Amino acid sequence: MTLAARGPRYRRRRATDLIAKVLGVAATLFGLFFLAWILLVSLRNGVHALNLQTFLQATPSPGGQGGLANALFGSLVMSAIGVAIGAPLGVAAGTYLSEFAERQPALRETVRFVNDILLSAPSIVLGLFIYTLAVRTVGHFSGWAGGIALALIVLPVVVRTTDETLRLVPNVMREAALSLGIPRWKVTIQVLYRAAAPGILTGILLGLARISGETAPLLFTALNNQYWAENLNGPTASVPVVIFQFAMSPYDTWHDLAWAGAFIVTVFVLLLSVGTRAYLLRNRMDSAG
Amino acid sequence: MSTPSAAAIGPLVDDARVAARVAVEARQDAAFRVVLLAAAAFVLLVLGAAAASMLWGGRDAFATFGWKFLVSDQWDAVGHQFGAFVPIYGTLVSSAIAMVIAIPVSFGIALFLTEIAPTWMRGPVGAAIELLAGIPSIIYGMWGLFSFVPFMAEYVLPWVNRNIGQVPWIGPLFRGPPLGIGMLTAGIVLGIMVIPFISSVMRDVFRTVPVSLRESSYALGSTTWEVVWNVVLPYTRSAVVGGIFLGLGRALGETMAVTFVLGNAHQLSTSLLMPGNSIAATIANEFTEADSDIYLSSLIALGFLLFVVTFVVLAIARLMLHSLARKEGR
Repeated sequence: MTLAARGPRYRRRRATDLIAKVLGVAATLFGLFFLAWILLVSLRNGVHALNLQTFLQATPSPGGQGGLANALFGSLVMSAIGVAIGAPLGVAAGTYLSEFAERQPALRETVRFVNDILLSAPSIVLGLFIYTLAVRTVGHFSGWAGGIALALIVLPVVVRTTDETLRLVPNVMREAALSLGIPRWKVTIQVLYRAAAPGILTGILLGLARISGETAPLLFTALNNQYWAENLNGPTASVPVVIFQFAMSPYDTWHDLAWAGAFIVTVFVLLLSVGTRAYLLRNRMDSAG
Repeated sequence: MSTPSAAAIGPLVDDARVAARVAVEARQDAAFRVVLLAAAAFVLLVLGAAAASMLWGGRDAFATFGWKFLVSDQWDAVGHQFGAFVPIYGTLVSSAIAMVIAIPVSFGIALFLTEIAPTWMRGPVGAAIELLAGIPSIIYGMWGLFSFVPFMAEYVLPWVNRNIGQVPWIGPLFRGPPLGIGMLTAGIVLGIMVIPFISSVMRDVFRTVPVSLRESSYALGSTTWEVVWNVVLPYTRSAVVGGIFLGLGRALGETMAVTFVLGNAHQLSTSLLMPGNSIAATIANEFTEADSDIYLSSLIALGFLLFVVTFVVLAIARLMLHSLARKEGR
């Protein structure tokens, strides 16, 4: 039967279907187009601006030449603090939700709900919170405050992934270990964590990827510092905040450094998130046989 | 024949030692549990303390300006008069533009990834779209300011002015100097930023539709579009709305990208082509410059408003997403 023989109604339905499919493809191309544009712009400008000085010298005075060494170091240290505080807390809370909360379902669901909200909450709000908690009370900006603010962003990511991965561990494992008379804390640490390690590690790395580009929570906790920070009790530079300051400035040399910083952050974050995904995928396939 | 003594069998039947060991392990278990519980309670504490600290920090502004804080469009650092209407308006309008763009595009992407694309293409394309969510907001900001704003100013906005600007009713929204920076540009950038969040939720929930429902509809002669529109979408409606609210929550609180392209201007204008301000951008731009207590308090009060609004939006999102999970018995 030809198309015409099926009548106008059939043709209209086919046309609607075709239009929907074309629009679906167009929407996907729209998304991919912007992905390509953003990556291309930041990579091209970054490669152009990047050189050895970027890693060796501190941030310059207005209009001067320099690098990002102090900001890179500050980012590194504050991210390390963020992960060092946020990851253990997150693993512990996630373990509670998955393993130890069976008798408090209401509490468990409340914590999961609140954690999900924290996961998407505006990071600038967390920055304001740490400002009133750790900057205003102390009287000055500090790298510690920046690290703590970042920890609050790592925390919900790790809670969620730990909770979810532990729930995927087969019950047979728990029962086998418990039937040997091993106490629950040992079962958790020596059996469950070993089984769930790839998933938990992925959560921590995704948390790290998230904070390495975070700017808003550092603006009024760690502030910025043109020089090497003497210690973490004073204002500390970080790559994202330097990018913000330099990109908004009128100086070309500062713009170049901002692009160099953007390049470093983009490459780091993308490698981290693509790498962890690949790692997790491989592990899933391994365990699936 | 003598029965073996307890000592010969060993500690296994040494009741006292076993009992002592069991007691120690029970205490260790209890302590472990308390530590974990404290960590879980900490999650609750963070959210509660964040809200309380901002309410406390903003109390001066709320007490001084009262309800006028919400409706006044004055933002005068010298005269110490602060009203939040301009940033609230900017946040709502830029997020609305973002949703107008992101909802249909995300739906299209989800449609592509679940129904249109050949199977081998779904994984890589889906991962690429999700990469958009991984790009830090400051990178969107720099790209926005140095690439997208000039592009808008040179090619898009003059066309918008000439064509849409002349349409009755909605014309005034799209008339103005083609600065590039402004509400429309910020809304588009925000839209691109939330697309990966909405589309990945839509894709994931579309996949949960039972094959029997889908195949039954195809067997009755439905086209792909009819299956999606009449079967998939009604089945997943609540979760799709949840995903949209999730994206909205992101858009409302997004800071750095908006700060770059919105223009930081405390003025109300009908035109979407004019610079404006948003709650998050105001805080990011002015916090370290706040030179009086009432100024600082007003900014923290703005943060509290943002917190309350995003909390409500994200709570709705989670409840809607949860209702589909419950339907599936998860």
